[in-house]
Amino acid sequence: MNLGTQTSDPVIEVTDLKTVFHTQDGTVYAVNGLSFQLQPGELLGVVGESGCGKSVTMMSLLKLLPMPPAEIVSGKVLFQGNDLLHTDEEALRKVRGGQIGFIFQDPMTSLNPVFTIGFQIMEPLREHLGLDNNAARARAIELLELVGIPSAGDRLRDFPHQFSGGMRQRVVIAIALACDPKLLIADEPTTALDVTVQAQILEIVRELRQKLGMAIIWITHDLGVVAGIADRVAVMYGGFIVEYAQVSTLFEAPKHPYTIALLETLPGINKDGEHRLMSISGQAPNLVNKPQSCPFAPRCKYAFDRCLGENPMLELRSNDHKVACWWDVEKNEAIDNG
Amino acid sequence: MAEAENKNILVEVEDLRMHFPIYKGILRRQVGAVKAVDGLTFDIRRGETLGLVGESGCGKSTTGRAILRLYNPTAGKIKFEGSNIADLNRSDLRKMRPRMQMIFQDPQASLNPRMTVGSIVSEPLDEHGVVSGKQKKARVSELLDAVGLDPSFINRYPHEFSGGQRQRIGIARALALDPEFIVCDEPIAALDVSIQAQVVNLLEDLQGKLGLTYLFISHDLSMVRHIADRVAVMYLGKVMELASVDQLFKNPKHPYTKALLSAVPVPDPKIEAKRERIILKGDVPNPANPPSGCVFSTRCPVAEKKCFDLSPQWRDLGGDRYVACHLADR
Repeated sequence: MNLGTQTSDPVIEVTDLKTVFHTQDGTVYAVNGLSFQLQPGELLGVVGESGCGKSVTMMSLLKLLPMPPAEIVSGKVLFQGNDLLHTDEEALRKVRGGQIGFIFQDPMTSLNPVFTIGFQIMEPLREHLGLDNNAARARAIELLELVGIPSAGDRLRDFPHQFSGGMRQRVVIAIALACDPKLLIADEPTTALDVTVQAQILEIVRELRQKLGMAIIWITHDLGVVAGIADRVAVMYGGFIVEYAQVSTLFEAPKHPYTIALLETLPGINKDGEHRLMSISGQAPNLVNKPQSCPFAPRCKYAFDRCLGENPMLELRSNDHKVACWWDVEKNEAIDNG
Repeated sequence: MAEAENKNILVEVEDLRMHFPIYKGILRRQVGAVKAVDGLTFDIRRGETLGLVGESGCGKSTTGRAILRLYNPTAGKIKFEGSNIADLNRSDLRKMRPRMQMIFQDPQASLNPRMTVGSIVSEPLDEHGVVSGKQKKARVSELLDAVGLDPSFINRYPHEFSGGQRQRIGIARALALDPEFIVCDEPIAALDVSIQAQVVNLLEDLQGKLGLTYLFISHDLSMVRHIADRVAVMYLGKVMELASVDQLFKNPKHPYTKALLSAVPVPDPKIEAKRERIILKGDVPNPANPPSGCVFSTRCPVAEKKCFDLSPQWRDLGGDRYVACHLADR
């Protein structure tokens, strides 16, 4: 599973992760055998439409899903030598918010409205790093300054509702960074924000990456955001990674029909509006059925009989570029691999 | 605007104001007002799509609703084909209603879960007593067909449909009375990327077929660039700039438009790497207490002294473009 040129130890290594939900309508196959890894300092963008399993994957890594109905059927999540899926709850609590930081989509729901911002930033500092009140306070001010909140010292006593949306998301980022995490998982962190505020947050993340050098998993449905900040991109569909490549490769020479279609549907702010928008016909797949064929086949214009009978696995197609498809879009012929 | 061009104008908005009062205390005395829309002047031409963009809370949706008289505007005129509807009484307004319709953002919230698709789409026909009996059924089938839904779905309920299909139901309902003007309030914001394109294509097809005029409200600038003919950029209850799509995106004049365009992420890593971004400082001010002078002055990267003192006039720059900025021609 090694990808190309990197040699250093990955921060996190996920192998064959499978998560299902047991519901009244049957078993929902949300994540179907994902494998990926992150190098120190790398930013992996995870893109896909709603219901493709992006968030469930990241919640599975830290066992944040309610179990039952969720069940992690198989997989290995190696983080600093430990398999997180076989770590007890007590030890996992030390990792969550400590070595792995989380940023969720909606800052209003991830902050507690009845506690001050200061209390909420200092909590992980006391829990994980064992700082006393004064040290935690000093560090909290430092963190708020890091994410660009003016007069940080005075604002520690404010409650979440006294901040605007963008400021709240900065506070959430400050909390996620509190214990100097090795890995930051950000689940649609700018989706609820306006574009000008999103631009501010993206700028902060760019700066922080250079300063702190942590690895980041950035989940989004916005290909524009990914183009601006990611090193590598994983495109997800129906609970699978269907394409995995460096960001420039993915946008210049996408190889999976879904990625290609997704890029074509974008109107693009730098394109002229004359042409008709391409659209992907049909609906996202229903994950209640156990995936036995390619999940994209019913909507794919290249689909042929093999796609309906056999599910393609993620295979290395060229240097550092993995695709799960039976069709070679460049040569316009079926992949020949028996 | 020259007299000759007036014939093409469907909707004319003149100094439209929509203030929402704030009440406080035991006596519920009015202590102020949220100036959601504060002096808009523009027109919408027959058959065009006017894009209305801006960030959340800038008054886009309020504008759309006020133009349809879903609110009673505080001041100003809304002329629909030359006649002012801002002060029409209920019964006269009701006669105008079939000609102007609305498509809402969230199809989940705007469709009654207890009504079948057939009754949702035929409700406007019943309300305005246009057709009945067999004709009505035929009309509903025709409408469903027009928006790309199978007419046999007529007895199904909204929850049986996906988000994109639900939005099609909302569009069919808006079309039921053969309107001339439709306000589309973020019609694609709740949909996935691959479904957004389907709905936008449908809206464009219908416009071509039926000669509709759209006010397309959206925060998605790239989609507005695709669908609109002219674009109005709003900030804190005022229009900052109005120009044709080409002019606005290629050569924006207002500093806010420039910042807004530079903040939109481009799905191309090469462009993203080289881009110069204008990062605005701070947040949108409170519309209950807007800054004096130009409303954008507190965040404007090029503001001068007069911007803080003097509210800029809505100026005609020639070439069919308008701007509200003291410094726009530099």
